[in-house]
Amino acid sequence: MTIASPRSPLTPHLARLEAESIAIIREVAASFRKPVMLYSIGKDSGVMLHLALKAFAPGKPPFPLMHIDTTWKFREMISFRDAMAKQVGMELLVHTNPDGIARGINPIASGSALHTQVMKTEALKQALDKFGFDAAFGGARRDEEKSRAKERVFSFRGPGHSWDPRAQRPELWSLFNTRIRDGESIRVFPLSNWTEYDVWDYILAEDIPVVPLYFAKPRPVVKRSGTWIMVDDDRLPLEPGETPEMRMVRFRTLGCYPLSGAVESTAANLPDIIAEMRAARTSERQGRLIDTDEDASMEKKKREGYF
Amino acid sequence: MAARAQHELLRFLTCGSVDDGKSTLIGRLLYDSQLIFEDTLAAVARDSRKHGTTGEDIDLALLVDGLEAERQQGITIDVAYRFFATPRRSFIVADTPGHEQYTRNMATGASNASLAVILIDARKGVLTQTRRHSYICSLLGIRDIVVAVNKIDLVNFDEATFERIVGDYVTFAAELGFRSIVPIPISARFGDNVTAKSGNTPWYHGPTLLAHLEGVDVSQDLSAKPFRFPVQWVNRPNLDFRGFAGTIASGTVAPGDQVVVAASGKATRVARIVAAEGDLDRAEAGQAVTLTLADEVDVARGDVLARPAERPAVADQFAAHLLWMDEEPMLPGRGYLMRIGNVWTPCSVTSIRHRVDVNTLEQHAARRLALNEIGFCNFSAGQAVPFDPYEENRATGAFILVDRFTNRTAGAGMIAYPLRRASNIHQEHFTIDKASRAALTGNRPIVLWFTGLSGSGKSTIANIVEQALHRAGRATYALDGDNIRHGLCRDLGFTAEDRVENIRRVGEVAKLMVDAGMIVMCSFISPFRAERRMVRDLLGAGEFVEVFVDTPIEDCIARDPKGLYAKAQAGQIKNFTGIDSPYEPPEAPELHIRTAGRAPEDCAAEVLEKLRAAGVRC
Repeated sequence: MTIASPRSPLTPHLARLEAESIAIIREVAASFRKPVMLYSIGKDSGVMLHLALKAFAPGKPPFPLMHIDTTWKFREMISFRDAMAKQVGMELLVHTNPDGIARGINPIASGSALHTQVMKTEALKQALDKFGFDAAFGGARRDEEKSRAKERVFSFRGPGHSWDPRAQRPELWSLFNTRIRDGESIRVFPLSNWTEYDVWDYILAEDIPVVPLYFAKPRPVVKRSGTWIMVDDDRLPLEPGETPEMRMVRFRTLGCYPLSGAVESTAANLPDIIAEMRAARTSERQGRLIDTDEDASMEKKKREGYF
Repeated sequence: MAARAQHELLRFLTCGSVDDGKSTLIGRLLYDSQLIFEDTLAAVARDSRKHGTTGEDIDLALLVDGLEAERQQGITIDVAYRFFATPRRSFIVADTPGHEQYTRNMATGASNASLAVILIDARKGVLTQTRRHSYICSLLGIRDIVVAVNKIDLVNFDEATFERIVGDYVTFAAELGFRSIVPIPISARFGDNVTAKSGNTPWYHGPTLLAHLEGVDVSQDLSAKPFRFPVQWVNRPNLDFRGFAGTIASGTVAPGDQVVVAASGKATRVARIVAAEGDLDRAEAGQAVTLTLADEVDVARGDVLARPAERPAVADQFAAHLLWMDEEPMLPGRGYLMRIGNVWTPCSVTSIRHRVDVNTLEQHAARRLALNEIGFCNFSAGQAVPFDPYEENRATGAFILVDRFTNRTAGAGMIAYPLRRASNIHQEHFTIDKASRAALTGNRPIVLWFTGLSGSGKSTIANIVEQALHRAGRATYALDGDNIRHGLCRDLGFTAEDRVENIRRVGEVAKLMVDAGMIVMCSFISPFRAERRMVRDLLGAGEFVEVFVDTPIEDCIARDPKGLYAKAQAGQIKNFTGIDSPYEPPEAPELHIRTAGRAPEDCAAEVLEKLRAAGVRC
């Protein structure tokens, strides 16, 4: 595919972030036997994919995309994913944990912690092992959460995908240590130094497609634990007296629909989203129900192999 | 201010001792620049009551102390990166720990920063750690410093105290080559002079910390330096396109520019600068681009393109500062992997010229570098590599060393200058070579490397093998500890450093003998994998046969042919392998001989069988 001309020239700040990320993505292609790019369909994944396309132009990125499908993603995410893969012409691998399906794991009855563990963390490990990937790109940013702030750009994983914060290698300059032995792997985060603002500014400047769920629209929702949950299909059991109502809402982050809180908003285009974000007084993770149990929960999940 | 400049990024690091208030300062910057979201603040308020050190107030340090382990201990143990922006500038802060044992983390943060905020506790003044951190900043190429004299509230906002600390610092830092030193009296906890001018320090007329960070010019003007393009990836999507992708380390480039491949000297011109949205007519330092060249010259990942008149040094020997970051000490002669630019090559330190005491900046003699030590060393790399002095170009003058077995990032290096000695010793090309010498003797030149504990039977087996080879008319020589340590290596002892040097010399001698067409038997304890690997790398493929003479230590002690174990156990011999010095068994030897319950002749037959299989007639 060709990349559309940017709407506006990048600011020096965004140009520098872009160049750094492209260098990281190329480094993986040059240094690893079998890399894969994790594609979660969200805005960060969209930016990462866009950067990969730029990094290898006029060729295509020399690795496939992979989506870990919990089967509970918004329907609009899945159709967007398939359309994007087709548009960019890259191979898309989709993996769902068959054991989790067999056990009937779901975010509602099983709870968010077990669902995430089985359908995301375990599923990811299964998929990486199944295809023998030795490097996997993820779209995580250091500004998202405290334990992420210490994450390396090239994050070393021991046998069994284990993450030991004390075994991480010092990263000096841009001289990444890409050497691993059999059974070990690296998770690579090209967007480490981007902030949520940078991501949206870049999406606007480069005209990158995003899932329509980020834009405000009347959607059927119910209020739970102080946040709006969208009734995306009839698998969401309604509690007694609960009736979906149409509200003008949008999502700041996307995940499994029963775990993604919507915010009331009228921001229906990119400039409005950016204006709304700049005025916001809550972090984007607030809408993510998986983080709220304990503040250190992300570190725990990472040790177990979560992105 | 122009719109473009408004979005310039500043990467800086904060350093100071434990409890100087680094995390609190960063928390304050985030809090005051309103980057803390309500839900994050609510979590911190909850945590303050659990882990905090500030009583009922919100402990701002908890905003930035990330990992669970360190929050419980109330210390920062790893580099964390924080992000904030004001209308004038975006910032990335490396929050680096002040602990003595975490110097490597500070260097990590400094390697990508262009300014350092050095925190000094107003009650304590300039400490040993302050000196250490300042030296590391200087070594890593930071030229602009802010001295934040923190906890000024705890010395009653006293001007004299502030002036005394600033005076001490400026005196100490005179030899560190900083371009600017800006002292600011602050209280991170209460916010004085962090983002707003404090009414408590009427005697201070300088900028607040944030105002200074927003306005400071740290530009290095990399685009004005000589063009350097380290090739990262060769892009060949089809037969018609061959592009060289990489990030411009310095200088500028345009189509039509003459360029040379630094290592080979091959010259060509830049044809196009290819980008996803169309060709560019110019590109400069920092841009990640893809170049195509006018001619089909040989260019691969690791090559550096430069202008013909402004080439980098190309050498396999150089002098550099080395910061050691691994628990396992650096030993001269030991083989590591070096990454410089996009090149990976074997590399070793040939000598430590001096170690720098980071507290006093004094130079000392040293035979090894331990964790967090810094030395100025001579290096020898496996191939000639292009580079610039680090002072001139951080991107092309820096390298890392990686442990060959654990793959840990073990050292960070900053090149000072190339050493010309290698290029002055021109190798004579003699007409008679290894193959012709071997043809005359009928030998297949090879090294049999017997490794194992003292008393394991290495020399005994080697002796029997040599007799058999001799009877078969093969030209042989046996090297062992006795004939080497009484002559060639009589100056060496048995410390780890000396063992490495001993094996290096033996390896070089064995290599010469193989070149002379001989079959060489080497019997050395050679306890470290790294050195056996080094000798293997000196020789050609198939010329090194590692024979692991595997005898249980109980058997060696029982045999004790030279009475050495008895002495070692009595403490009369130090650094004795197997007693108080480690033996690292081979992971994949060509031959693994378990001697327990077997006659030496039987073991030797096994070696001879291996030699026959390798093409030696015997």
